[in-house]
Amino acid sequence: MSENSIISLQNVNKWFGDFQVLKDVNLEVKKKERIVVCGPSGSGKSTMIRCINRLEEHQEGKIVVDGIELTGNLKNIDSVRKEVGMVFQQFNLFPHLSVKENITLAPIWVKKMPKAEAEELAMKQLEIVKIPEQANKYPGQLSGGQQQRVAIARSLAMNPNIMLFDEPTSALDPEMIKEVLDVMVDLAEGGMTMIVVTHEMGFAKTVADRMVFMDEGKIVEEASPDKFFNDPESDRTKLFLSQILHQ
Amino acid sequence: MENNSNFETRKPPVATTGILGWCRQHLFSNWVNSFITLLVIYFLYQLIPWFLDWSVFSADFWTNYKGELIVDRTFCSRVADPEGDHGACWAIIIVRFYQFMYGFYPSEQVWRVNLTYFLLVVALLPLLIEKIPGRKHLIKFTIAFPIVAFVLLYGGFGFQIIPTNKWGGLLVTLVLGVFGIAIAFPLGILLALGRRSQLPVISMFCTLFIEFIRGVPLITLLFFGMVMLPLFLPEGLNLDGLVRVLVAVTLFQAAYMAEVIRGGLQAIPRGQYEAAQSVGLSYWQMNRKIILPQAIRISIPSIVNTSIGLFKDTTLVIIIGLLDLLGIGRGALADATWMGLSNEVYVFVALVFFIFTFSMSRYSLYLEKKLKTGINMGAD
Repeated sequence: MSENSIISLQNVNKWFGDFQVLKDVNLEVKKKERIVVCGPSGSGKSTMIRCINRLEEHQEGKIVVDGIELTGNLKNIDSVRKEVGMVFQQFNLFPHLSVKENITLAPIWVKKMPKAEAEELAMKQLEIVKIPEQANKYPGQLSGGQQQRVAIARSLAMNPNIMLFDEPTSALDPEMIKEVLDVMVDLAEGGMTMIVVTHEMGFAKTVADRMVFMDEGKIVEEASPDKFFNDPESDRTKLFLSQILHQ
Repeated sequence: MENNSNFETRKPPVATTGILGWCRQHLFSNWVNSFITLLVIYFLYQLIPWFLDWSVFSADFWTNYKGELIVDRTFCSRVADPEGDHGACWAIIIVRFYQFMYGFYPSEQVWRVNLTYFLLVVALLPLLIEKIPGRKHLIKFTIAFPIVAFVLLYGGFGFQIIPTNKWGGLLVTLVLGVFGIAIAFPLGILLALGRRSQLPVISMFCTLFIEFIRGVPLITLLFFGMVMLPLFLPEGLNLDGLVRVLVAVTLFQAAYMAEVIRGGLQAIPRGQYEAAQSVGLSYWQMNRKIILPQAIRISIPSIVNTSIGLFKDTTLVIIIGLLDLLGIGRGALADATWMGLSNEVYVFVALVFFIFTFSMSRYSLYLEKKLKTGINMGAD
């Protein structure tokens, strides 16, 4: 593990039953680095980032996040989850709570923040994602793009050092993708450490410091966006790029 | 195009709106429906006037058709004058009303029961009405209510002790129903969570418990509580009969409640758990703030359904000798002074049960309507 890595995956292996989803995955992420992970479906990219906040358990290898190793130790898992925010493909907002309550819940219960302070924080986060006027609505009353922005605000309210995005725009209607990506670009420019699983190659080109291409549970190629898009090394990457760029 | 602005919005055809339209659409839409409608109207025409006449207009209340005060069955109009057209003789209920309500609770102490009923309503308020002022403080009282109720009803702390074999009628029915449901609810939640636990010991224990209790008739559990529970208890500890029955009823209800709530839990998408975990909520915080509120909302109709079922099943305690509302009624019928008035007694008992169960059912409808907005907001 290099000195300044904030996330480090070393020889990580994981199986679902007999099926091996992650094969000897090694990844080092430095502080403030923006990584975009892409690859065909079933390549293990979602599973990999879900291992980073222990929504999935890895069976072999070592994962260290901000100096904390992820093991069965529940205390470690709790501290890692406080460091790492996550945004899901399906938003996963809490439908029985208002937008504001979705955001204040964790600060109040996990960080024991006073309610007034948490609400102020929520409004600040909603302004960052540009929908302060929706604070008192319920998730079901919002569009997909707005819901995903609330989900981002909900994660940011815990003041994480690292944000994980698991295909954040895949469930959105085309005209809503941009509003979510804009928020993510702002976040990246603010210096957040980000790992983003996405097929939005335009976003990848503007934001990514490094591209990671996965196939069949392995990291096939890791390169700067410039090299990745213009001069990829492996044939598998070339094939993948030709398929997604020439639809 | 210019004409467009001159178009007035036309009204819908008269025959499809208003009362007439409603009747056409819902009662007489085709000849089968028309026939059924007429048939039902005919039966209602036959039934309602007859029942009103029997229960109100031709019925005796305090006095019979000659104007005499009714003191036993022979004074009832329908017994004294079998040829005449007389209805129910409610005097049996009126004379024994105290027993129906309180059993053999000493009358100089009965204010304690009435006070408990009043406090029960106060304790229910914060649960039933979400936006009541001072809800936080009222909830504290609701949690303390079982202890307050126990002291008031049973005695101690300066109150005269009234042994539970003096309790009876509606009091016993409500004690079993209200406490059975109220204690079984949290117990059922814990059992449901336990059955889904990833720790095999906990999940196996909960599953075994639920399956055992559900697999046994309530009567068996009542006998078990009455006859066998004392054998398991340490020597010298003699649990009160009513408490033993209450334990059996509560365990029975908890097992059913657990399965109902487990059904609700299964309807919550995995993403909700993952989102809750990823913002750092602990297991109990996640369940309390995210999972259970949604799961219980989904299960409200079934929760109320099993609760109504239990409330009626409390009448089974008659078999082990407790005198609940129905038990007092049967006692009254066994008494030579009032023999033969079973119609009145059973109609009365049924009516009292109906008032309680129907209120529960209405309240659940109100809750469903109120929460509907929240439920449909799950998916995008």
